[in-house]
Amino acid sequence: MSAHNHVEGHLPHEPEKATLEARNKILGFWLFLGAEVVLFGTLFAAFLALRHNIGDGPAAAELFQLPMIFAATMILLTSSLTSVFAVQAMHRHNKKSMVVWLIITILLGLGFLGLEIYEFWHYASEGHRFSTSAFSSSFYTLVGFHGAHVAFGVLWISLVIGQVFKKGLTVVTAPKVYISAMYWHFIDVVWVFIFTVVYLMGKVAG
Amino acid sequence: MAAAHAHGHKVKRYSGLMDWLTTVDHKKIGILYLIAGLFFFLIGGLEAVIIRIQLLKPMNDVVAGDTFNELITMHGTTMIFLAAMPLLFALMNAVIPLQIGARDVAFPFLNSLGFWTFFFGGLLLNLSWFAGAVPDAGWTSYVPLAGEYYSSGHGVDYYVLGLQIAGIGTLLGGINFMATIINMRAPGMTFMRMPMFTWAIFITSALIVFAFPALTVGLVALMFDRLFNANFFDVANGGNGVLWEHIFWVFGHPEVYILILPAFGIISEVVSTFSRKRLFGYSSMVFATVLIAFLGFMVWAHHMFTTGLGPVANGLFSIATMLIAVPTGVKIFNWLFTLWGGSIRFNTASLFAIGFIPTFVMGGVTGVMLASAPADYQYHDTYFVVAHFHYVIVGGLVLGIFSGLHYWWPKMFGRVLNEKLGQVTFWTFFIGFHMTFFIQHFLGLLGMQRRVYTYLGGQGFDNMNFISTIGAFLMGIGTIAFVINIFITWAKPRNASNDPWEDGRSLEWTIPSPPPEYNFKQTPLVRGYDAWWKEKMEGKTAMTPAEPVGSIHMPSPSILPFFMSIGLFIAGFGFMYDHLIVAGAGLAITLVCMAIRSLVDDHGFHIEPEDQDKEVQA
Repeated sequence: MSAHNHVEGHLPHEPEKATLEARNKILGFWLFLGAEVVLFGTLFAAFLALRHNIGDGPAAAELFQLPMIFAATMILLTSSLTSVFAVQAMHRHNKKSMVVWLIITILLGLGFLGLEIYEFWHYASEGHRFSTSAFSSSFYTLVGFHGAHVAFGVLWISLVIGQVFKKGLTVVTAPKVYISAMYWHFIDVVWVFIFTVVYLMGKVAG
Repeated sequence: MAAAHAHGHKVKRYSGLMDWLTTVDHKKIGILYLIAGLFFFLIGGLEAVIIRIQLLKPMNDVVAGDTFNELITMHGTTMIFLAAMPLLFALMNAVIPLQIGARDVAFPFLNSLGFWTFFFGGLLLNLSWFAGAVPDAGWTSYVPLAGEYYSSGHGVDYYVLGLQIAGIGTLLGGINFMATIINMRAPGMTFMRMPMFTWAIFITSALIVFAFPALTVGLVALMFDRLFNANFFDVANGGNGVLWEHIFWVFGHPEVYILILPAFGIISEVVSTFSRKRLFGYSSMVFATVLIAFLGFMVWAHHMFTTGLGPVANGLFSIATMLIAVPTGVKIFNWLFTLWGGSIRFNTASLFAIGFIPTFVMGGVTGVMLASAPADYQYHDTYFVVAHFHYVIVGGLVLGIFSGLHYWWPKMFGRVLNEKLGQVTFWTFFIGFHMTFFIQHFLGLLGMQRRVYTYLGGQGFDNMNFISTIGAFLMGIGTIAFVINIFITWAKPRNASNDPWEDGRSLEWTIPSPPPEYNFKQTPLVRGYDAWWKEKMEGKTAMTPAEPVGSIHMPSPSILPFFMSIGLFIAGFGFMYDHLIVAGAGLAITLVCMAIRSLVDDHGFHIEPEDQDKEVQA
């Protein structure tokens, strides 16, 4: 069975798993996420080891503004929900609804990025720069790696939307939507840990 | 092209050099890994010989102390990342899809990308010799020695960037082979019917997936420290040097199992084939492999006993390390019981495998000695450690690779390697190896430090170092004999049969040598462990097919992986020499290639039944 025997209108219920190639991609992507867990795990470990070493810079408790971080968290969590709606629309073969939800997802992603860039700029103006202390280096590396993942996700999902417009919802494009949604959820889960370990613990456990 | 395959798009087929640059065929990628791996193996070997010449006699001055540091750093880094791993990837690529009855790996494009990123990463690292700034902080690159203060040149930058780029390739390979083994097995091949080599690679791939990202983070942190003034390891600004040791060894210890488990798999295949017996204790072999991999993640701090982690940590890591001897012992006894009562054939492949067993046991015994934390305070950073890890890596892995190369060479190239020269290779390499390294145990116990570029005479080191150097020459001769063998065999006609050893047990021996592009004309039906042996014992001359003859779908070749890797290569230089525009341009090349790959659908092409026989021996 080759990928292009299907045409729109004859899609199976789960078009993302219709071909062996697509199932390989989904499995491979789960494995890749396993590797990403180790990547972020190591970054978290480095941050936890260094977070009290603030040198001459400001401490976490003085620096972090929880209301804004909470807003960013809510935006990102909502974007995860909208990407679920997109995949559900895909399962209903409703291309239009799927694309709308995907666009909302990337808009939320861009909103999150905007807040993060503002946050970093604000910290830098308060003397919390990348090279200030071990705390600042590990903070920017961990949170920045996550931000880079969000930025990559925004570009990626935009590219997928473009392909869906051009090629329609097929057994070739459906796995792309599904996998980019998996990626988006993963970024969201990482953020939940960053919110807890970096910001809440920074505020509470000082 | 038939109307039914109107979608079977015509794909441009390349020949010559372009064929090799664009190939996504796992067999050709295996050959590329083999060529690159052997090339780096020769470079690393040359470095080793120079090291040994410098240590031939006391107060020798063949190379200066700083050159010696560069030599030991590049020898270790090259041998592990650029020689041993690619040679394993060569065998994985050449054999795994065939052993599981698949037409290719799960992600042929990524497979090609993995090779090229490895290759350009390795190239970047080795270009440091020409740039006059060679990494010299040891293959472990400990801080603060590897930090900006003590290594202010670009040497360590080559290390961090080269290994990051090469590491991408390794990670992709690990994901690819896990997905391949999970999803692409032929009908009837359950997990517990997989050949032992396939099992070993499956577990190895899992180790790669979960260990390599830790190295990436460590290298990124070191790079940020060196290039962008971060403070991860800069103690003056709150950084922590021990953190590097932890991150490095959280990767580094699983890495040594990434190296040895495939060798275990090769030995299992070769011992079983040439004893003409089913592998003894197959299930316990699988279990032992899984257990070694699991424990491999729990023991990293045994490299850091003298760092001062305290008695509780040292005690726990001691015990966990000693535990690994149990599943390893299970494997050793299984091989012995497989040999026991078998009608053993002694050829080069089986000699290397049989030579492996006692050699690896010796490496294992010194491993248990080193696992005892109080005793390790005596052994630490002496030649005893050097002897230990060369016994497990050369005596284990390299003997395993030689065994596997002689065993699968006819399957890869259609020609059996010359047996006489093979035996010369084995005996010179094997004797040379023990001569080089056995005596180093005693050098270490007498107190000779590792990584010193010379020593004073009259301490009892002189004769032992002399003998060790002569042994290294013998290993060099053995390697040269192997290279000569390759060229002699190359000139011979391609006449190996499907099953050149006549005792083949697994699926790779049911198809032509070398296999056609599509491997299996019909996917075979697997009816038990040792699938091919089982059919032979029942008097069959071929596997039962699981599908009718039909059109075979193949992925298209692509030049994109090559350019994506070049992009990273350029970006590496840009970062290193502070030309961020160059770095950005390099990354842009890679990202644009990724976008092209995503936007342009790869429909592949079909090989029709009437063309399939033409392709054999193509």
